[in-house]
Amino acid sequence: MAEQISISSWIIPVVMAAVFLHGLINNVRVFEVFTQGAQEGLQLAVKLVPYLLGIYVAVSIFRESGAVDLMVKVLNPVIRLLEIPADALFLSIVRTLSGPAALSMMVEIFDTYGPDSYMGRLASTMMGSTDTTFYIIAIYFGSVGIKKTRYAVPVGIMADFASLLASVYIVKRLFD
Amino acid sequence: MNWIFAFLILGGILAAAWNGKLDSITPAALEAAKTAIERAISLMGVVGFWLGIAKVAEESGLIDSISRFIAPLFRWLFPSIPKGHPAMGSILMNLSANMMGFGNAATPFGLKAMKELQTLNPNPDTATEAMCTFLAINTSSVTLIPATIIALRAAAGSKNPSEVLGAILFATTCSTLVAVVADYALRLLYRKIERG
Repeated sequence: MAEQISISSWIIPVVMAAVFLHGLINNVRVFEVFTQGAQEGLQLAVKLVPYLLGIYVAVSIFRESGAVDLMVKVLNPVIRLLEIPADALFLSIVRTLSGPAALSMMVEIFDTYGPDSYMGRLASTMMGSTDTTFYIIAIYFGSVGIKKTRYAVPVGIMADFASLLASVYIVKRLFD
Repeated sequence: MNWIFAFLILGGILAAAWNGKLDSITPAALEAAKTAIERAISLMGVVGFWLGIAKVAEESGLIDSISRFIAPLFRWLFPSIPKGHPAMGSILMNLSANMMGFGNAATPFGLKAMKELQTLNPNPDTATEAMCTFLAINTSSVTLIPATIIALRAAAGSKNPSEVLGAILFATTCSTLVAVVADYALRLLYRKIERG
């Protein structure tokens, strides 16, 4: 276990070093190129601000009102059967629709439960193991004018559901 | 997404009225708005930094090299793409960028791949098998280095932000396997149905 943690804390620094080294070897003006990318990143982050604002306010109203507890009561059979927390179920639905909204929701979960809580780890794992299925299908097919998507949507949903179940299983197994 | 957003707000307000908590809604909403902006600022740092690194990897040809490295792994998934067709190159670039956690660098390659796959398509309004396979792998995510998530965990004060790497690898492998198998099964099923 300790070994696994030390390996994972090495990965990011090693990747960073490798990227810059590879850049220098290939005569990339690393600082200028980095700042160009960072500029794109900042523009992206600015685009994200309204999403964060909307999600934070909506989720906080939903939480504060006690609606979450009501929803948990309604969804209780599903939650018991699959042992999936209501927040996770909700996050997995939002995840398929909007990347920024799901990212905002994950950060909100970190704020509420803490990043090192069961929910925080579960949210991280879910976010890392799927992508914005419906968004990608809409954008990619839309960009070339495809209207009949055949079996792309059911395959995407199956993969998302698999990731939800796998995340719940592995987070329980590794951390509890 | 519009429905979910409306559901959260309207459902929340209705539930608050039901539970007699209407007076706590306004301060909670305003507090959340404030937190959202604070988070947005720390997010700017994280996203800006990581995309800066992604740009260096793109410019230096690193993503290019990785895509050449993983090419043999993915060839057999796309039997309908002729050897040496540019579509395969774009697909590999897209998947490599995704693996490195450079989601934003991946999208342009993905759209290029779709354009090139479309040149192989006899019915321009209908998805081809190669397109469905490409999207199956893409939407199930093949992230090896979920940098944004780790950075956001760190920003939220996690003691060990990268402790979830193993769990993510497991879950993403499961979902990608399910995607590949489901894609294969449905491909055969649809061939049968469409032939009648």
